[in-house]
Amino acid sequence: MEIKVCGPGCASCEKAQKTVEAAVAAKGVQAIVSKVTDFQEMAKLGIFSTPAVVIEGKVKCVGRAPKQGEVEEWIS
Amino acid sequence: MKAIQPVGTDCECDCQKTTAEQSPAIPNSNMSKTIVTGLLGLALWYVVYKQLEPFSYFFAYSLVGLDRGSHLGGAIQFFVYDTPKVMMLLTLIVFVIGMIRSFFTQERTRKYLAGKRETAGNVMAALLGIVTPFCSCSAVPLFIGFVQAGVPLGVTFSFLIAAPMINEIAVVLLYGLLGWKVAAIYLGTGLMIAIISGWVIGRFKLEHWIEDWVQALRVGEAVVIEEKLSWADRVGHGREAVRDIVGKVWIYVIAGIGVGAAIHGYVPETFMASIMGKDAWWSVPAAVVVGIPMYSNAAGIVPVVEALLGKGAALGTVLAFMMSVIALSLPEMVIIRKVLKPKLIAVFIGVVGSGILFTGFLFNLII
Repeated sequence: MEIKVCGPGCASCEKAQKTVEAAVAAKGVQAIVSKVTDFQEMAKLGIFSTPAVVIEGKVKCVGRAPKQGEVEEWIS
Repeated sequence: MKAIQPVGTDCECDCQKTTAEQSPAIPNSNMSKTIVTGLLGLALWYVVYKQLEPFSYFFAYSLVGLDRGSHLGGAIQFFVYDTPKVMMLLTLIVFVIGMIRSFFTQERTRKYLAGKRETAGNVMAALLGIVTPFCSCSAVPLFIGFVQAGVPLGVTFSFLIAAPMINEIAVVLLYGLLGWKVAAIYLGTGLMIAIISGWVIGRFKLEHWIEDWVQALRVGEAVVIEEKLSWADRVGHGREAVRDIVGKVWIYVIAGIGVGAAIHGYVPETFMASIMGKDAWWSVPAAVVVGIPMYSNAAGIVPVVEALLGKGAALGTVLAFMMSVIALSLPEMVIIRKVLKPKLIAVFIGVVGSGILFTGFLFNLII
């Protein structure tokens, strides 16, 4: 599974990243979590507020750091 | 798969906010229970709030037994009164704003502004800048989104100026520490600067000073994830906002009031008058120049402002200082540089700086 966390690197983007990683670990899912800091790439995905989480090419949340429970639901 | 409302990002520095738990539609009896609880809470809040001042006198002069009129007594009474007062005001306003913001997302604001003409658009953008959740790290994607949606450049700038400058924490602290007049002046002039600066930038027709890659960008369809929110959800948003914002700034507020209390009790009243008083005309430009590279959140700067004002600094000078600290910050310029050419950033700083200067001089003149 491919998961992208989009954000320039502010505190809540870090939080989003950590939450996603924790959820992946908790669920024991095979996933590659990568970070997108490039604004062009985000714009191509249709993301205009950060942080955002993209799972398998689908934008799951924009403009906020998700909760771990939510991420677990998305990846299971 | 349930859809999620993008909840915004209000922040001084980082943008975190989590959505409230999804609650199923609440039955009506629950709804009225929520309202009754809210009203009772508000009444209780008011009763406690009204007792703060008498309690602070009782605490400083009867309980601790300090002399009325002594430096230490004055400082302690000030601290014991102002700290809970400001914290209570802050909690109430952040809660209410948190609920209001659940109606305004960046996505909705963008869609709304896209159809607007200039002038009316500038006014709307500045007003929406107050209530739309925003944080400076989100400024670049937001800018790209606005440009791509066809929001005029000047209107986009009105939003980008108003969003950080008119900050609910700043307004609450000004109200709590300096009274409603100063808070209203700040709100009013902040809005005017955002509207007029954006309008002026729009007149210059500087679209070609946006970085080329933004223009050339082929963007995907903006992702909007909407969700129906119940009132319970919105109350949850308010509560989250309080936990996030008040939880983060309380330490600055207390430290600021502590410094203010010390100055209140010990520094002579006319200490600042010679350098930041009305007669020193050059103090306004100096305050702006000093304020631009400085970056502080509203919670940290307002108590300093109060201390300066209390010691004889002129209101216009202090307002100019505060506005340039909050509205024009170096970190934001560095971020926004990714989408704007340096010339456009210079125009932005020049126009907003002039607006702040004008405000400073105006208030030194009329007050």
